[in-house]
Amino acid sequence: MSVQTTEYVASEIRSPASFLASRVFIYGALAFWAFICLFPIYWTVTTSFKTAVDVTQGHLIPFVDFQPDWKGWRSLGLSPDSIFQTSTVREEFLKRFMNSVITSVGASSLAIVIGSLAAYGLTRYRYHFAWFKNEDISFFFLSQLILPPVVLALPFLVLYREVGLLDTRVGLILLYTLMVLPIVIWIMRDQFNSIPVELEEAALVDGLSIWGAFFRIVMPIALPGMVAAFILAMVLCWNEYFFAALLTSTDAKTIPVMVASQTGSQGINWWSMAALATAAIAPLAVIGIALERYLIMGMTAGAVK
Amino acid sequence: MAVATLGLLATIVLEILYKGSTDTIGFETWRPVVYAYVLWGVAIGIGQVLTRGEDGQRALFLLPALLFTIAMVIFPTLFGFYIALTDWNLSSFSGRKFNGLDNFWQMLADPYYRNALFNMVLYVLAVAVEYVIAFGLALLLNAQIRARKFFRVVFLMPLMLSPVAVSWMIGKSLMEYRFGPAATLARHLGWENPAFFSDPIIARISIMILDAWTFIPFMMIMLLAGLQAMSREVLEAARVDGANAWQTFWQVTFPLMLPVSVTAVILRIIFKLKLADIIITVTSGGPGGATDSVSSFIYREYRDRSNVGYGTMLAMAYLVIIVVFVTWLLKFANRFVRNVN
Repeated sequence: MSVQTTEYVASEIRSPASFLASRVFIYGALAFWAFICLFPIYWTVTTSFKTAVDVTQGHLIPFVDFQPDWKGWRSLGLSPDSIFQTSTVREEFLKRFMNSVITSVGASSLAIVIGSLAAYGLTRYRYHFAWFKNEDISFFFLSQLILPPVVLALPFLVLYREVGLLDTRVGLILLYTLMVLPIVIWIMRDQFNSIPVELEEAALVDGLSIWGAFFRIVMPIALPGMVAAFILAMVLCWNEYFFAALLTSTDAKTIPVMVASQTGSQGINWWSMAALATAAIAPLAVIGIALERYLIMGMTAGAVK
Repeated sequence: MAVATLGLLATIVLEILYKGSTDTIGFETWRPVVYAYVLWGVAIGIGQVLTRGEDGQRALFLLPALLFTIAMVIFPTLFGFYIALTDWNLSSFSGRKFNGLDNFWQMLADPYYRNALFNMVLYVLAVAVEYVIAFGLALLLNAQIRARKFFRVVFLMPLMLSPVAVSWMIGKSLMEYRFGPAATLARHLGWENPAFFSDPIIARISIMILDAWTFIPFMMIMLLAGLQAMSREVLEAARVDGANAWQTFWQVTFPLMLPVSVTAVILRIIFKLKLADIIITVTSGGPGGATDSVSSFIYREYRDRSNVGYGTMLAMAYLVIIVVFVTWLLKFANRFVRNVN
């Protein structure tokens, strides 16, 4: 407990005994929930190093309970001894992985570009499209959030067949952009609102055009917000399953679809399944730890006024 | 100026020509129409700038998103309403046929769809429990603790993981009947037969737990932001007035947190209404459709029976229900917040 906080705590807690009790309770609760959050991840990672006996006997702690084995990772072609051999499973996995990367990065970038522009326009200028005013347009964009994927999925299935976009990455990118666009606009509107208009007015006086002011003055300031929106969009696209399952089959299949199809098949080994699940969640776990600040920034945008 | 308008008109004419020629000459796909639409959008943009000068430049900010959303939402939704009125089955060779409201009557008589809607009510009600837990966690993280950042990252983790992977990690292995640690724990606690997904009621609860595990951090983060934005003076004043921790929470913290809470809960409900992937991958609706959400039911309607027409009718009905419900919810929440404050 640091100096400045002791003061604060001392004023609210009367006796040392109840202070101690509240400390124990708080840390107990924190540890308990941390366990709930981490145990499934721990379980998956360790299971990917188990053999059949270890799974059936419920061994939990590596080296103490059981001897780790590369079995699960070998079946994925990603263990040390099989990494240099050709492996169809690994090729399959890498292909799905690349599909996921391309679709989520592509969709997030597209959404950031058109979303930021729209959010900027909506915060700075008054529009009249027929009988639509700014509030109506904003509401139109944000209301897309309510739209459940299932409403669009079947019409898109038919339309994409007609247009020849079924089972392509472009098709998925377009849909994912649509999915994250309301969120991006929501975050960026909040960002642009927090930037004083005087900055651009000064820039316009200095002879910059409207777009010049946007690119040279506003965008650099709004960059952290853009990063936050981008990362949040990435996470959503990476984890998306519903559209991917319906609209892709062989070429554009993404990681979640691969994971799901493996789960469905009978007699799949726990260790290879665990290895696959670990590989699927690893990138986002890393992003979550490294860029947590931006994620929180994105999620809380506009929530607190 | 005139050139731009001409170009614009020409593109529109071109588009109509394309549409006409798909019927007569027959393009391989409708893709030219997509290109025509993009071109048309670009032409509109240029036209705006050239004809309306500065106003046009302003409109250019909004146009891409607007054109994109209209093309991707309005058109497919209208198309969806049309499909909903046909008996379109992709696996049948007879093609589609307009059959009016047949799908609608079939829907009203479908016990599985009614069950799925009822499940959605249950799943949405579970948000209340999630909210209490999330609020508790936010309070914990807002307390004077060490390693706050560590706990925040850990608590946020479940939200990052793909629901499909989570379905396997928790639904299919942790809660596995024979060797799953959760089942083992349940046996130790005296539950003889810990089958998490074979009894309809327990299966629903299991699905709720799985979904809650993933999404509690979402509400937690929003509530935490609300707590941190709260001014210290108000709490200090309450304490000076002699309120204990319990009273402070109910009379100061909770009312002040109400607007944030309402936002968090509404967003969570909106996400909850889309719930599908966990159910598809863990139970695929079982046992006997007991855990189906509307989305997963329609998904299976397509996957198992290729029944596009009927599936779309279900989806459109769901859309109408959702829009009515969410509109009501927003109105109600608005009035609620205003009445309390």
